[in-house]
Amino acid sequence: MTGLWAVLITTFLASAVEAIEMVTIVVGVGATRGWRSTLVGAASGFGVLAVVVIVLGAALSRVPIGPLRLIVGALLLTFGLQWFRKGIMRVAARGLAGIGGQDPHEAAEWTGPGMDWTAWFLAFKGVVLEGLEVAFIVVTFGAGANQLGVAVIGGVGAIIIVGGIGLALHQTVRRIPRSLLQLIVGILLSTFGTFWAIEGLGIDWPGGDAAIPVLLVLYALTALTYIMLERNRALGLRPAA
Amino acid sequence: MPPPFSWIVAVAKFLYEFIVGDDWTVAAAVFIGLIVSAILNVNHVAAWWLIPVIVVLMLGVSLRRASNRLR
Repeated sequence: MTGLWAVLITTFLASAVEAIEMVTIVVGVGATRGWRSTLVGAASGFGVLAVVVIVLGAALSRVPIGPLRLIVGALLLTFGLQWFRKGIMRVAARGLAGIGGQDPHEAAEWTGPGMDWTAWFLAFKGVVLEGLEVAFIVVTFGAGANQLGVAVIGGVGAIIIVGGIGLALHQTVRRIPRSLLQLIVGILLSTFGTFWAIEGLGIDWPGGDAAIPVLLVLYALTALTYIMLERNRALGLRPAA
Repeated sequence: MPPPFSWIVAVAKFLYEFIVGDDWTVAAAVFIGLIVSAILNVNHVAAWWLIPVIVVLMLGVSLRRASNRLR
């Protein structure tokens, strides 16, 4: 049985990774085009995400735990490996830098009456697109661990905390080392994905649940090794001074 | 393409990008690894080690491929 803290930490970190971009978009749009339409757009986006979580959660809760762990494990492993690989490449290239860049406010300031549909759409799209991955991770991870409620608390908690930081200290959100967070979550998803997929096939792990920290260490060492190799490769490509 | 079919294609494309991503060989290796693990298990051969080995190897292959694309 996967511990409560493992579920809480994994879903919290996974949500934090996507919440950074989500909050950056919403705060950027709100600061330039006005807050009312932006917040209504963001709230509409969260409404769509809540429906996705409820429908997907209800569907997965009907699947027996054995096949569920095989399906969820295979999905989390495949999905987690994408973040694992991107995390390695980004940490190797940029270290602990945040997302940086300019604010995503290309649209002009809205001064007209009524709803600003451009702001609404930008905020809605930002929340739905960035939040779908979070919803997917929260539901599958929570279902696999049989702790959907805890997973939802982890996911929502991260969005509230990152959102609060974003509203209070706009630029600080952009300095959070998102690449490192993405790498950590990629390692966690790959670890639990591996564990559950194999368990779902009816294969016993040596040492039972003790295999989870062993897998975690193996994948963390793999990440460190590949980061060093990527950095050496990048240095080898640089022309001599 | 009429709307219902274009929506289905759009959803299928989204799901593919979402789950498989930009390197389909990693997802394929995981899928094949799970099938082989199941076959080994049915034949009473220890199979827990196969997926971790595939993860470590395929990460290296995929990273190498991505680096070469950036050159």
